Amino acid sequence: MTGTFSWNLLADLREMWSLPFMLNAFRAGTIVAVPAALVGWFMVLRRQSFAGHTLAMVGFPGAAAAVWLGIGATVGYLAFGVLAALLFALLPAGRGGGDESSAVGTVQALALASGMLFVALYKGFLNGTSALLFGSFLGITSRQVVLLGVVAAVALTVLALVGRPLLFASVDGDVARAHGVPVRSLGGVFLVLLGVTAAEVGQITGALLVFALLVLPPATVQVLTTRPARGLAASVLLAVVTVWVALFAAYYSPYPLGFWLTTIAFGGFVLAYAGRAVVDRIGRLAVAP
Amino acid sequence: MSTLPHDTDIPYHSEDPHRAAIPRDDADPSATGIPDHGEDLRGTGIPPRSADSAEVLVSVVDATAAVGGRTVWSHVDATVSAGEFVAVLGPNGVGKSTLLKAMLGLVPLASGAVRLLGGPPGRANRAVGYVPQRRSFDASVRVRGLDVVRLGLDGDRWGLPLPGKRSRAAWRRVRELVELVGAAGYAHRPIGQLSGGEQQRLLIAQALARRPRLLLLDEPLDSLDLPNQAAVAALIGRICRVERVATVIVAHDVNPILSYLDRVVYLGRGGAVSGTPAQVITSDTLTGLYGTPVEVLSTSDGRLVVVGQPEAPAHHGDRHGGAA
Repeated sequence: MTGTFSWNLLADLREMWSLPFMLNAFRAGTIVAVPAALVGWFMVLRRQSFAGHTLAMVGFPGAAAAVWLGIGATVGYLAFGVLAALLFALLPAGRGGGDESSAVGTVQALALASGMLFVALYKGFLNGTSALLFGSFLGITSRQVVLLGVVAAVALTVLALVGRPLLFASVDGDVARAHGVPVRSLGGVFLVLLGVTAAEVGQITGALLVFALLVLPPATVQVLTTRPARGLAASVLLAVVTVWVALFAAYYSPYPLGFWLTTIAFGGFVLAYAGRAVVDRIGRLAVAP
Repeated sequence: MSTLPHDTDIPYHSEDPHRAAIPRDDADPSATGIPDHGEDLRGTGIPPRSADSAEVLVSVVDATAAVGGRTVWSHVDATVSAGEFVAVLGPNGVGKSTLLKAMLGLVPLASGAVRLLGGPPGRANRAVGYVPQRRSFDASVRVRGLDVVRLGLDGDRWGLPLPGKRSRAAWRRVRELVELVGAAGYAHRPIGQLSGGEQQRLLIAQALARRPRLLLLDEPLDSLDLPNQAAVAALIGRICRVERVATVIVAHDVNPILSYLDRVVYLGRGGAVSGTPAQVITSDTLTGLYGTPVEVLSTSDGRLVVVGQPEAPAHHGDRHGGAA
């Protein structure tokens, strides 16, 4: 997509938003950025990034199957994401972060393979494969935006309810259990939240690039602050800014959205990391006589 | 795991071997100015408290615990009274941690009974501070020590912690706790970047957050260097005395805590012996407990060394990850 870029950013925004599909892209991107940043913050803390990536990957066969069967791709993303999350929650070793990796990896391989199968079954769909894997902001309908918004609102409500015990269980499972926190069930609830969030994000970034919103903003923020409340707020801000700048850049440049999202988020991470290193160095120099 | 005789160093309070047995009376107003540790309480006018006069917080009666179908220990009796400092001792693999978990209701009993604060185990856990045996926090855990302490206060509550009066009161309590354990200098740093001793102090602060009447500590001195062991032991002893929190501490090395102890529970497979350290850590008592000759030697610097206490047989495995 290449519009004519002027240095008047407000005029550019107005131009983009006069196009219904761009308006929908901004709406959908903003909606998914919020749960992505919040759920992603917990995912990074719990070190379940691999499970998160797999839950996103499962969206690929989900969407491909849904398109093949003639139901909307969004339903496919969500249904497969939730099903896979429930499967992980039932795995005997699925409680913590570490031991489950081989089972999760198996599911990820199966998901990619069956996704390619569904793509092959639905002949003529091959053009859409790249959008499913690497993201697209074209063709997001208003109905899709509403569905994304409702699902995100439900996910955020659940997260608000369980957030504090979930933090306890993530940081200090043994003590949380002694305090009566249902650590195991919370782990399952979190996986379902992660599945739903990955399904939402995958529809914007593509199944392969969900980490642009799910990992990079929270990881960037954890370099900068150790306070949970600030971290969560900053993570949301960063994710939303990333989406907006990426949509902006993708509209006015010949390069795809997935590239911009990932590159901008990664750039933010590198800046934060370098900034932190410099500040720490200065701090040490100041302490030294 | 080694099946060779295991030696445990036990320092003896040579100046006054019976001092640890002198009870304190929480209800006695004359006891408010309990002298600092190391002073002789005899002659201060504090009447000795008989064993049954204090409120019993924990009672374990003829209990048998089985984990994964294997009996860990059986016919164990133990009590903890208000304000007491009690150590659970015994060789590796004998199930000391399991005894704490049974008190909390985290491990069901095969037979026998546990009463915790007047009810079945598990019901009153809110009034108990628990520090489980642990590996330290991973260096990548970027959560402040302050937040870890705060979780002990209200981490089990559902819903968002909104800013306001309650939140300010919570942070006041957290700062108070951090001061109490002497962690003010580093509590704002990510807990994963703190030393083992610093983490242990913050975890004790976390366990104290709700002003529990009972503190259960599982190997809190494990993997600390000697100066830190002494410092954390002194901290726990001070908390037990000053904050009036009954404390049960699991230890495989009684070295750093002996001078603070009121009673010990020595655990064997077929039962437990409890009493004052001077009563229990003797050749006769331990030989009777283990059914095999055990000798308690006294070294010239007043330490006790236990020789010949049996290690758990190797085929029983080691639930703590093979530490010998």
